[in-house]
Amino acid sequence: MSDYQPIHWSTEGYTRIPYAVYQNQNVLAEEQKKIYEGNTWNYLCLDSEIPEAGDYRTSHVGSAPVVVVRDDDGEIYAFENRCSHRGALICLDRAGKTRDFQCVYHAWTYDRQGNLKGVAFEAGLNGAGGMPEHFCKEDHSPRKLRVAVFCGLVFVSFSDDVDSIEDYLGPEICFRIERVLNKPVEVIGRFTQVLPNNWKLYFENVKDSYHASLLHLFFTTFKLNRLSQRGAVIVSESGGHHVSYSMVDANDQEAGKQYQDQGLRSDQDGYRLKDPSLLQGFKDFEDGITLQILSVFPCFVLQQIQNCLAIRQVLPKGLASTDLHWTYLGYASDTPEQREVRLKQANLIGPAGFVSMEDGAVGGFVQRGIAAAGNLEAVVEMGGESTSSSPSRVTEASVRGFWKAYRQLMQA
Amino acid sequence: MNTMSKSSLRERIADFHAAYIRCIDQDALEQWPDFFDEQCLYTVTTSENDRAGLAAGLIWANNRNMLHDRVSALRHANIYERQSYRHILGLPFITGTSPEQVEVETPFMVVRIMHDGQTDLFVCGIYRDAFLLNVDSLKLKSRRVICDSSRIDTLLAVPL
Repeated sequence: MSDYQPIHWSTEGYTRIPYAVYQNQNVLAEEQKKIYEGNTWNYLCLDSEIPEAGDYRTSHVGSAPVVVVRDDDGEIYAFENRCSHRGALICLDRAGKTRDFQCVYHAWTYDRQGNLKGVAFEAGLNGAGGMPEHFCKEDHSPRKLRVAVFCGLVFVSFSDDVDSIEDYLGPEICFRIERVLNKPVEVIGRFTQVLPNNWKLYFENVKDSYHASLLHLFFTTFKLNRLSQRGAVIVSESGGHHVSYSMVDANDQEAGKQYQDQGLRSDQDGYRLKDPSLLQGFKDFEDGITLQILSVFPCFVLQQIQNCLAIRQVLPKGLASTDLHWTYLGYASDTPEQREVRLKQANLIGPAGFVSMEDGAVGGFVQRGIAAAGNLEAVVEMGGESTSSSPSRVTEASVRGFWKAYRQLMQA
Repeated sequence: MNTMSKSSLRERIADFHAAYIRCIDQDALEQWPDFFDEQCLYTVTTSENDRAGLAAGLIWANNRNMLHDRVSALRHANIYERQSYRHILGLPFITGTSPEQVEVETPFMVVRIMHDGQTDLFVCGIYRDAFLLNVDSLKLKSRRVICDSSRIDTLLAVPL
């Protein structure tokens, strides 16, 4: 783009976000290089989704198509889903089982570790044609990615320099992931929601504990999430990862009063469920935490809302389009009754979710609102300037943390 | 079942479908649960999940009260831009009958019209239904809305 202006950040800290960062085509290309292919770990799938040798899934790291597959040695391998001949996708299906991979275009074949093994008519036909003698298949494999499995989550990285997954996450995030994924899980549904906005607007929304009880009435009315409940926001050292959690305190009269005094829309009277069993779950966790939203920079979200467990993978599909891949989970040990509770509570989440429906639309409201404001900035100052953990959730600390991690990588 | 009664059953199903989609498309959502039996199953899922035998839905209700709750959440709680649907249904195919119920598959397309006039094909798929027969008017014992597309644009607010 000839009119490309570098993004101008007006402050030293992270309290102002130039809207151009959601609008500029060059930014998207830079993000692919510096974030998705930089020093980050990107979630791809659960290791239980590819349990046996030959099981594979395809996904993306940013815009890069990737194959993730288990080989005979039991290890998981990942490589770019791009034939090293002409660049066609090697693997077209979203999931399957295979001995090896063959590009449909000219039948070049790859093993499960992404090594080029076969070139059709390599020696020519009847003594004519074929590849030059010095062509070395070993030199022509698609890019391979590092793979790390943590608590059954498969993360990959293009970077040779990125920290180990445990160091990348940090102890607090590790602990919070282990808290949920402490026993085998089963996938109970997969859905894709197409968001009409830049990927960062969704990732910020996930980290934004300030909006939760203001935008989402369902939470508030049924005491799933009041800002004044006990809880906290944890921001990782890098800023890029976060946890927001809360514990319901049914006797918290004062909190209800604060909402009424402000006349907030999200506390309408007289709204009652005809089937209150929707919110009557069972005790999954001994620690009493009823809500935990956890994000790992740049594309992973792990969510526990009561008994409703899900993973969300956030993938850019252009400047103003984002694919949000939902994987709904249960535990392998669930009784039929427990599983039914999870199916019921899944009404809270996803594209039709009582508490997540709005998140699908609100990023689009921003994207449309800022259409002519590329030289202006968003204000992210709730809770001050800090990017550190906070006992209050009336803060945008984890949103600022996102920008800290983001700018660190983009300036590199 | 003789030819005559089968055609009258088809007619009853067609009447039911017509009334059902008219109810939603005219935004009379408060009447929408009345199409279901009290102990009903209503789910919206995708063919991919259906083939894989994955039980979770975009919407999942195992009684009529949950359908009432969804309507009141849409009316009083959830924030979404004003929008309406136009359902177009194909021919019902009867897949099974018994004295108590009839099982039917009916293809549908739903066009979504946003408040600014933007009009797009939103989803298509099939209704996989079980109707109760031994009642005055047909009631859905079960409606599984199975969307062919596995991608939902922005959000699914109004039921299908």
